[in-house]
Amino acid sequence: MQYLLMLYVDEALWPKLNPDEREQRMSAAYGAYIEALDKAGVVKGMNRLRSTAEGATVRVADGKPQVLDGPYADSKEQLGGYFLIDVPDLDAAISWAARCPAAVHGAVEVRPIWDTQR
Amino acid sequence: MEGGEQARSTADLVARRSYGKLVAFLVARTHDVAAAEDALSEAFALALKDWPEKGCPANPEAWLLTVARRKVIDAFRGQRRGEMAAEELRIMSDGLDEAATAAEIPDQRLALMFACAHPAIDASVRAPLILQAVLGLDAKTIASAFLASPTAMSKRLVRAKEKIRQAGIPFRIPEREELPGRLSAVLDAIYAAFTEGWTDPAGADVIRRDLTEEALFLARLAAELLPDEPEALGLLALMLHAEARRHARRQWHGEYVPLARQDPALWHTGMMLEAEALLRRAAGMGTIGRYQLEAALQSAHVYRCRTGRANWTEVVQLYDALFALAGSPVVAINRALAIAELHGAQAGLQAMPDLEADPRLAEYQPYWAARAELLARTGAYQEARRAYEIAVGLERDPAVRAFLQRRQADLPE
Repeated sequence: MQYLLMLYVDEALWPKLNPDEREQRMSAAYGAYIEALDKAGVVKGMNRLRSTAEGATVRVADGKPQVLDGPYADSKEQLGGYFLIDVPDLDAAISWAARCPAAVHGAVEVRPIWDTQR
Repeated sequence: MEGGEQARSTADLVARRSYGKLVAFLVARTHDVAAAEDALSEAFALALKDWPEKGCPANPEAWLLTVARRKVIDAFRGQRRGEMAAEELRIMSDGLDEAATAAEIPDQRLALMFACAHPAIDASVRAPLILQAVLGLDAKTIASAFLASPTAMSKRLVRAKEKIRQAGIPFRIPEREELPGRLSAVLDAIYAAFTEGWTDPAGADVIRRDLTEEALFLARLAAELLPDEPEALGLLALMLHAEARRHARRQWHGEYVPLARQDPALWHTGMMLEAEALLRRAAGMGTIGRYQLEAALQSAHVYRCRTGRANWTEVVQLYDALFALAGSPVVAINRALAIAELHGAQAGLQAMPDLEADPRLAEYQPYWAARAELLARTGAYQEARRAYEIAVGLERDPAVRAFLQRRQADLPE
């Protein structure tokens, strides 16, 4: 089954880190995690997202698109990236989520992908 | 007519003994609890029609499973679940066919319980889900025990089963390293079913009383299937101790009798001995846990009441250990009462949990009853009277309410 691991992190954290911390705490940790995912052959897709300040939220009202700057929900922790993985069951997905560095400095939401054939 | 009765009683017997096993077998191969339940209920209906005419089959379990298997496959085919489904269906039906050739249906009830008590399932629906999936209780019966409306309970059960299927909740006994945490969710669910059965207000409601027996059945099952897990044994020991004193808790006209005034002759000695044996076996395994400690406390209380020998030092130690493990206000209250026995009511009052630290206590009857009791012993009758008043207002069980009112009336002016 496919699951989307959504990484929710405090956006204020990254800018506060000095280059060393960025290298050690983040790049190294995520690098090792991605390597493990690759080795297990479970990744279907992944990306890191730029900050919500650089995005916009759109909804159509009365046929007209309304565009607001910023995220859909205003909260301290925001979606900062995702991994799409293919694993046998929810427990396997949860165990990958638990190994993700974001689970330590933020939270990882695990969502099953809607399978049109089920 | 006689054949009909025979068929019905055989079906009842198989339902009682094998329902969960049959559901578990079907779910293991389909991951669909609702589909398994539907197919099985159709199979039972067919049995009641077929058996009186043709006689009961030599192996009723296998007969039911063969029919249910066909029903499940038909249902899946009928739903035309996409292109891939053809292949999946083949794998599934092959898996189900193994049953017809197997000498005995493998017992996968434990895996079913782990799926029902999975951390991704809402904690409050785990006990109801186990009662339904493993024992086949209907939503109405479960709703009455959990003080919910049948419609609401039914919806929550449907949603939970849907989640097991759609989220890919696995159907197996967890690995060694994650077993303790996952097992405690299963045991907690069984204990929740048991305590709901206990809080039967009149002690006479058949549905609620039955639920206690069902929970005991589940605890026995868990202890039997996990004989090397001390907490599974501890839970069964705890429940047996509580069940053994059921009749002593009420006088013949329904009045509530606290432990210290119970007549040990009314206790079920067999159950208590079984509980003690379980507890000793668990202790030999060298891992302490919440349920073992609670069972050990029950055991200590029983010993004191039987022998008249005060053992409050041991009791306080057990409460200390329990509090360190599961620091709940409920444990703190009982610990305070034990401390009062050892060092006096004033010390007990000081050991009571702080109302300001945990505002939920304000609505917890045992907190006020314990406070009232301790205040009365220190001579603070006015405050004790007020605390009893609050306790009475919070109590659901009329017999316990009457008991508290008597205690209040007995206070000196």
